[in-house]
Amino acid sequence: MIHSLFLINNAGDLFLEKHWKSVISRSVCDYFFEAREKAVEPDNVPPVIRTPHHYLINIYREKIFFVSVIQTEVPPLFVIEFLHRVAETFQDYFGECSETTIKDNVVIVYELLEEMLDNGFPLATESNILKELIRPPTILRSMVNTITGSSNVGETLPTGQLSNIPWRRAGVKYTNNEAYFDVVEEIDAILDKSGTTVFAEIQGVIDACVKLSGMPDLTLSFMNPRLLDDVSFHPCVRYKRWESERVISFIPPDGNFQLMSYHISAQNLVAIPIYVKQNISFFETGSSGRLDIAVGPKQTMGKTVECLVVTVHMPKVVLSANLSATQGTYNYDPVTKILLWDIGKLNPQKLPNLKGSLSLQSGAPKPEENPSLNIDLKIQQLAISGLKVNRLDMYGEKYKPFKGVKYVTKAGKFQQRLSEWLLVHTEV
Amino acid sequence: MIESGWSIVLSCPSLVYFIDTKMDDLIMMLESNKESLKLEAMKRIVGLIAKGKNAYELFPAVVKNVASKNIELKKLVYVYLVRYAEEQQDLALLSISTFQRALKDPNQLIRASALRVLSSIRVPIIVPIMMLAIKEAATDLSPYVRKTAAHAIQKLYSLDPDQKEHLIEVIEKLLKDKSTLVAGSVVMAFEEVCPDRIDLIHKNYRKLCNLLVDVEEWGQVVIIHMLTRYARTQFVSPWREDAVFDENSEKTFYDSEGRRVDQSKPYIMDPDHRLLLRNTKPLLQSRNTAVVMAVSQLYWHLAPKHELSIITKSLVRLLRSHREVQYIVLQNIATMSIQRKGMFEPFMKSFYVRSTDATHIKTLKLEILTNLANEANISTILRELQTYVKSQDKAFAAATIQAIGRCATNISEVTDTCLNGLVLLLSNRDETVVAESVVVIKKLLQTQPSQHSDIIKHMAKLFDSITVPMARASILWLMGEYCEHVPKNAPDVLRKMAKTFISEEDIVKLQTVNLAAKLYLSNSKQTKLLTQYILNLGKYDQNYDIRDRTRFIRQLIVPNEKSGALSRYARRILMAPKPAPVLQSAFKDRDRFQLGTLSHTLNSQSNGYLELSDWPAVAPDQSVRIVEVVELAGAPLLGKSKPGKSAEKFYSDSEEEEEEEGSSSEDSSSSSKSESESESEENSDDSNKSSSSESDSEKKKKTLKNKKLQQQKPDSKDRYCHDLALFLSQSHLFFLNKFLVVFKFNLRCIANVHYSKKKALLLFIMTKFFSIHIVLAFSNQFVANCRCSLLCLCVFLACQFDAVSWHVRVSLQASFPVFVPETSHELLHRMTGKGLSAQYRFTRQPCIYGNSMVSLQLTLSNSSDQALENIHISEKSSTGQNIHRFNAIERLEPQASVTVSMGVDFNDSTQAANFQLCVSIQPAVGELLLPITMTEADFTKEQGKLLGMNESSATITMTPENISSQSVNRKVVSVANLGVIPSSQENIHSVPRRCLNLTKPTFWNVIKKTNCS
Repeated sequence: MIHSLFLINNAGDLFLEKHWKSVISRSVCDYFFEAREKAVEPDNVPPVIRTPHHYLINIYREKIFFVSVIQTEVPPLFVIEFLHRVAETFQDYFGECSETTIKDNVVIVYELLEEMLDNGFPLATESNILKELIRPPTILRSMVNTITGSSNVGETLPTGQLSNIPWRRAGVKYTNNEAYFDVVEEIDAILDKSGTTVFAEIQGVIDACVKLSGMPDLTLSFMNPRLLDDVSFHPCVRYKRWESERVISFIPPDGNFQLMSYHISAQNLVAIPIYVKQNISFFETGSSGRLDIAVGPKQTMGKTVECLVVTVHMPKVVLSANLSATQGTYNYDPVTKILLWDIGKLNPQKLPNLKGSLSLQSGAPKPEENPSLNIDLKIQQLAISGLKVNRLDMYGEKYKPFKGVKYVTKAGKFQQRLSEWLLVHTEV
Repeated sequence: MIESGWSIVLSCPSLVYFIDTKMDDLIMMLESNKESLKLEAMKRIVGLIAKGKNAYELFPAVVKNVASKNIELKKLVYVYLVRYAEEQQDLALLSISTFQRALKDPNQLIRASALRVLSSIRVPIIVPIMMLAIKEAATDLSPYVRKTAAHAIQKLYSLDPDQKEHLIEVIEKLLKDKSTLVAGSVVMAFEEVCPDRIDLIHKNYRKLCNLLVDVEEWGQVVIIHMLTRYARTQFVSPWREDAVFDENSEKTFYDSEGRRVDQSKPYIMDPDHRLLLRNTKPLLQSRNTAVVMAVSQLYWHLAPKHELSIITKSLVRLLRSHREVQYIVLQNIATMSIQRKGMFEPFMKSFYVRSTDATHIKTLKLEILTNLANEANISTILRELQTYVKSQDKAFAAATIQAIGRCATNISEVTDTCLNGLVLLLSNRDETVVAESVVVIKKLLQTQPSQHSDIIKHMAKLFDSITVPMARASILWLMGEYCEHVPKNAPDVLRKMAKTFISEEDIVKLQTVNLAAKLYLSNSKQTKLLTQYILNLGKYDQNYDIRDRTRFIRQLIVPNEKSGALSRYARRILMAPKPAPVLQSAFKDRDRFQLGTLSHTLNSQSNGYLELSDWPAVAPDQSVRIVEVVELAGAPLLGKSKPGKSAEKFYSDSEEEEEEEGSSSEDSSSSSKSESESESEENSDDSNKSSSSESDSEKKKKTLKNKKLQQQKPDSKDRYCHDLALFLSQSHLFFLNKFLVVFKFNLRCIANVHYSKKKALLLFIMTKFFSIHIVLAFSNQFVANCRCSLLCLCVFLACQFDAVSWHVRVSLQASFPVFVPETSHELLHRMTGKGLSAQYRFTRQPCIYGNSMVSLQLTLSNSSDQALENIHISEKSSTGQNIHRFNAIERLEPQASVTVSMGVDFNDSTQAANFQLCVSIQPAVGELLLPITMTEADFTKEQGKLLGMNESSATITMTPENISSQSVNRKVVSVANLGVIPSSQENIHSVPRRCLNLTKPTFWNVIKKTNCS
């Protein structure tokens, strides 16, 4: 299956290699570099690259390319999913998955990779098991280790791997028993110029942080489970009970995990919390243009919109922007051609507005491209779909846990298509 | 902290020299006594390996630490070892013994990790060791170790493909495993080693289906892919009834077949087929995208068409995932959407393109949108496509224009609208957009040229402003092809081309020559001179293609005496009506590959791709998947259960008895540890056959059985039988004189067996008696007629329970250890062995190497003053008896001793009888349980045979006469002599000449002697 793994940074430096079978020369990455060059943007690198003797399957995450070498037929998603799992494990262990952290913790990284794959086939990918095998670094522990020479490798061997519920380790003990659930919903939407919804749907996840002693058996039920159109669960969830009773019954892993993700289809009407009025135009002569963007609340269910950020991808000919914002700060990056307007909290009384002029490359023709406007926002204490957790029950243990549910709505891929100043009218 | 400092040093290329000197430091650190220094050194070395730097020369220093107590240090050494062992094969061998030792560790995880590393060392010389280790690990009690064994199978196979046959045996054994931990790994090994041995799956098919949900996610993917292939060979197509919906080329095939079959009988899905579909369905909800994709492809390839819709939602859900996941999923949806639009049409909007998508994602979404287009939704799709045309991403805009062209040809209602739209695009300022539009328009016009002469005229006007060669060439071709529709413009364009001919691109030049030729034929009056001018220019062009074309055209169109017949047809050749190009999806032919595979993604067959077979016309035998229903070995209802007719039942009964026996006679057994070990071996073997859960520990099992025994209490008669049996078996020696009475009782029991519901229990008792009889028989207390009865009993048993002989034998063997002799016998005296002495003992345990083998324990000790090396049993066994040799002992230090166990298969009763006599170990009579069926007459006969058969006077003459343990000694002397003077022995005992080394031949000979002398 997975033969080797190479980690390559954005500058094209290969900074880590690991082989699970016989060693493959790093020159195999030349094919990757070739593709990388051709793609210009790192996002455009094809995930599967064919070379004369190998296949390279790569993912791009946190400015690092994880390039795996494959020799024989394998479901490509298998490899992709695994590589993402590796990246997530690094994130879990080191707080972030970056070149620096990987280089700083190269020994732990190596130990992890050794445990995660055997002969290219995944062995232990469950973070609970890995953490028992190899303890994540903490400042205190690395200090202690340096002084006493003790190790990061667990002395005890993981029991989880051998049990029927590999995601939970035995003998968990807490003084404060608590279970928190975050219902996070993201709105994916495409709006046209006038703000009419072209396409909108809601993607939700329930993140859990469960710190309960022993072997608790939890049941989570919703007020309105019918809303959920399509769901996927953590392996701990008993699918049969969901099928029959529409409740989520599970023995939770210890700590943070994603309990489920769900989808609320485009068929249901999706509330769009804000509107954006924009006018970007370029003059035929004088190599300049005008920009005017205003944002206001639409369907916020009485909650405040926070962390509002508007991003505009400008046409290539735009050199600079001279704007003024009534609220928040703006920044135009002439290299990436991205205008970023960080508004912050949306005040319904005083609507924020960004106005000013754009200067273009002199002599360049008026741009024809269709820029787009991406919106990022956050609404606390609201699940925009209206999903509500009814209750959480615990069986199997005697103590009374502290329970909490939090709702957040965010903008996912929230995009407004801009001006039609050069639209071709094809009268369809 | 030191670590980070180190990485700074390494990242600076000018300090390479500095690093080299550091190597010595590392060696120093590794050789120090301090664990922390060693660990630090190993961490740095791993840092070097991670960077791809060479740490090759440190091998000797590192490998010394392989047996370290520090777990982290050990793990890092493993990392190093696996990386460099291939390059330092000789040195790597030094570490092997450490792993071999660890393989016997009581801790399962240490056993597993030893096997992992051992099998990862790619040194061909240790293949036999790996093979043995894998075989042993495959029967390990711990599922985790068995999982590791499954992984090791693949490693060994890639190291030495010649081992295939042996590995398949192990795979077969592991496939029967009921642990969810093992299932995924062993199927992976199956796929890699013997994917064509579909017959191994039959018996495990239902089990795999049922286990699937609980298998870890990576294993699920592999199993689902394998089961997809399996199902396609075993079930008939479920697509017959609705073959009408099948839009692909297979339609006619299925249609005709379907009709034929439908007439005879309606399609009924095989329950096993349904089982697979039902059990994979919940996995669509998995968080692992690979699992969801695997189930989707399974449904695509196996489910009836009307059930397909359930996978749609899950696939669309995956589009929320990472960019790379989207890429693969979209590719698969693209292939699906060609055949079945209906599946994805409701989700059309999920494929709308965002400006932030990567280019290859955009192109795929576009592909799917185009595939989904039909009369009803075309206006929506075209509106969406319009916005894409103006994308900043020009490659994407060009792809959109092609997509519009495809929609236009596929849906005739919108052809005109699209064409108009594309014409408008011609005035776009972006060149790629214009060029692509021209190319697409050219293709569209070919379908209906007569109605669109105005468009051709429009394009002629645009010609000056278009610079992209492909677009210019397309316009020229259109002009030439439809010059009759635009009689005025075409010559004018040719005139312009004549002016710029030399500065054009090759492709444009070729089309110019074409245009000139076509105009010459249709309108020679106006264009004759122009054509000749262009042909002259072409004649001296730098490009040979153009020169060739010019020469060809000139011969074709300009009539002269040489041109012959061809020029008469020039018009028909050049102006022949040409079929309109068909615009079709690039994913059209991808369905030849199984969805979700690498081959499908690349659209070309990759290494190791296994093709999905077509459905069989007639389903193969379904019964191959039927697994005999085996009652639980520890079923609490034993007392009430119906008489077990199966061999397994019999087997498990006797096993249970042995179990109970072991617990009762534990105190008397000196080697209780080894006993319990082999007992557990038996257990695991048994639970493979019966359906008892793997995880049940031995202890649990025992309590279960105790419980069962208690349940039998109410039935006093049975209880009595049972107790009596127990009592008898424990104290049989005191009952010798009462034997006949007991036997009669026993026979009555047998008679009752027919009618009694408690057959199983009686059988149990009977077995017990049986074993007593045997003991008695060989204690020379047995009278002839009784022996006959005994044989009858044996036959009766065999018939009644349809048990093959080995079952009987196993049961006997298993039930025997009522008494384990502690005395060991001298096999080789230290004097004759020149320092090596050997003692052997029968452990009376079921042999772990095979059911038909007898366990022998050998204690080898070295009393000389120098170390002995490589003690092993010779490969050659002249007797044909199957001997499981112990692993070669690499080195035996002076005054050290080692205990090894081995198994000897005495094959056949006759040979075993020989053995018994010649070695004449009195207490060992019981060891020879197997030969019971032999009569005394046979016994003496064989004795007689022996004389004639064995021509070595020294050995043979001694054998029948001397049966004391001293005779063994004397024989050993003679054997030792054999080794010392090989020349005289060679002819007789076929001792290999090379065995001059003392230790080898002596030992070998001794064993040989026990077998055949």
